[in-house]
Amino acid sequence: MQDAHEPAISVSNLVKRFGDFEAVKGVSFEVGAAEVFGFLGPNGAGKSTTINMLCTLLKPSSGQATVAGHDVVLERDDVRRNIGLVFQDPTLDGYLTAAQNLKLHAELYGVPNNLVAPRMEQVLRMVGLWDRKDGQVMMFSGGMRRRLEIARGLMHSPRVLFLDEPTIGLDPQTRRSIWTYIRELQEREEITIFMTTHYMDEAEWCDRIAIMDKGEIVALDSPQKLKAGVGADRVSIQTDDDEAAIEALRERFGIEARISEGAVTFGVEGGEQFVPRLFAEFDPSRNPGSPAIRGVSVSRPTLDDVFMSFTGSTIRDAEEDPAKHRNRVMMQMMGGGARR
Amino acid sequence: MTTVAQKPAEPYEVVRVQVPKRSLNSELRAIKIVWRRELIRFVNDRMRIVTSLVQPFLFLFVLGGGLQQLASAGTHGVDLKTFIYPGILCMTVMFTAMFSAASIVWDREFGFLREMMVAPVRRSSIVIGKCLGGATVAAFQGVIVLAIAGLVHVPYSVGLILGALGLQLLLAFAITAFGLAVAIRIKQMQSFMGVMQMIVMPMYFISGAMFPAQGLPTWLTVLNRVDPLAYAVDPMRRLVFSHLNISPIARHVLDPGLSWWGWQMPALLEAAVVLVLGLGLLVVAIWEFSRTE
Ligand SMILES: Nc1ncnc2c1ncn2[C@@H]1O[C@H](COP(=O)(O)OP(=O)(O)OP(=O)(O)O)[C@@H](O)[C@H]1O
Ligand SMILES: [Mg+2]
Repeated sequence: MQDAHEPAISVSNLVKRFGDFEAVKGVSFEVGAAEVFGFLGPNGAGKSTTINMLCTLLKPSSGQATVAGHDVVLERDDVRRNIGLVFQDPTLDGYLTAAQNLKLHAELYGVPNNLVAPRMEQVLRMVGLWDRKDGQVMMFSGGMRRRLEIARGLMHSPRVLFLDEPTIGLDPQTRRSIWTYIRELQEREEITIFMTTHYMDEAEWCDRIAIMDKGEIVALDSPQKLKAGVGADRVSIQTDDDEAAIEALRERFGIEARISEGAVTFGVEGGEQFVPRLFAEFDPSRNPGSPAIRGVSVSRPTLDDVFMSFTGSTIRDAEEDPAKHRNRVMMQMMGGGARR
Repeated sequence: MTTVAQKPAEPYEVVRVQVPKRSLNSELRAIKIVWRRELIRFVNDRMRIVTSLVQPFLFLFVLGGGLQQLASAGTHGVDLKTFIYPGILCMTVMFTAMFSAASIVWDREFGFLREMMVAPVRRSSIVIGKCLGGATVAAFQGVIVLAIAGLVHVPYSVGLILGALGLQLLLAFAITAFGLAVAIRIKQMQSFMGVMQMIVMPMYFISGAMFPAQGLPTWLTVLNRVDPLAYAVDPMRRLVFSHLNISPIARHVLDPGLSWWGWQMPALLEAAVVLVLGLGLLVVAIWEFSRTE
């Protein structure tokens, strides 16, 4: 066993180039032992590339990384013995049963014979697949396969578990249950978990998250602190004339707004209290020529906002992300349309 | 998705595993499990057992039976089916071994290859396990074809069966190694099958599995002598014919053996050629596999 204070993962100036294209542009961070660390970013941010370097599947172009105290380039085998992996794409053998998949993994990793059966039972129970252990994986649903992959990644008691998008394509309920397993696991087995996601709401489960965009880490902290850093509530308004509205907000409130997702958006303390003032100020009877407001929404800062404040854009691939619409108070104003 | 994690009633002891350092033992375990996986998949896949027998049976009974009428003058009283039977024994294992090698292309397509690639074992263990698995599976198929020997007037004798099985294992091993060396470079199933058809079918026809390799046109003789498959087909035929009770003239015409400038190669040497070739191809496959990231 290793010193508990030593970081489980430590990365400095890690770079990966594919030809001329720099997919990872010199990232540095540390992950403490028994921490749940999340990598958050849109498609193509370089999350998988980073994970692949950390788990020795890709050679870094430059920079260094150690995982569980071993260098990922010089001590590849030692790293591999100490990590568990769940890839972004499925890697189960569908022709085998769940138990056979786990058994195969145990043999490849040299799990001592007398421990294979008890360990298998333990990990299968943990993900709720014990009663399906003799079922052919081909017949499993997407969520069951994912859970089985997590169980497999744990067969050899890794010190660090890497999960690349463990919940992609799963329904919200399954996603939640997978997160419950992950947290439970981290508590029970004291392992470090490094995972990537592009679901903003999931990042809330992590102890700390790094936001990655275009190959760089643009922010790194606990979700609470990151959200606190953004501070204000987020208000977005739909208007007849966005340019005029931005101009008016600057003149009358001293607020810098910008257009995002088709609405004028800005941050302000006490968003709900601000809305009446906004309407009073934009009332044409008081201030003729004000752009008409057709709709308002106020939301507490979410990681979306954190992401936006660091990258200047929302996470583009969040189309099906329910988090985007959660916590959001929609106030449809009748007047807006009538006045036209 | 209704299953929920069954929480154990009381917190149970965590079973902790310490993954040992790499050793010969761990490599052997890896080889064994990769080999086992091939067998499990084969047994589960009954369709494959049947389909890979269709072609040999078609050749043996339809082609052999049909051409018998034309060939009876030239076979000196020996049934044509009996004559091509050794070639069919080889053909069976060839196709099965090819399919086994193809599984690495599937494994890549379905992602399973990665699971094996990141394991803390040598790549060579994975290739060796695959190769042995392919050979074993092919030999199983071979046994089925051996079982019908009686139908083509070949006697069941222990020496014949063991010898034929040994040759089949050897050939299957070499073909799987060859298939793996090709499969590692090819990313798509269609292209792999295309390439294999393009290489293996001509090799099979040239090998003399369907005709005696004597008195051929010069170009065909040359091709035949450089065709590695000929060195598997010929010892198989000699083995089968040594257990037949036929006239000397028929033996002379139908089982001439492979000769270089009049020197007749011993069957054991021929088998050794196949073995060396198989091992060489295995080394190539391992080398290629170790290079891929
Ligand atoms: N083998 C490769 N060759 C060339 N470019 C690559 C390769 N692998 C990844 N890239 C590029 O590197 C960038 C980062 O890819 P990566 O897979 O790390 O993104 P990601 O953050 O995991 O995205 P996603 O959320 O879609 O999984 C992408 O622009 C991708 O096209
Ligand atoms: Mg990815």
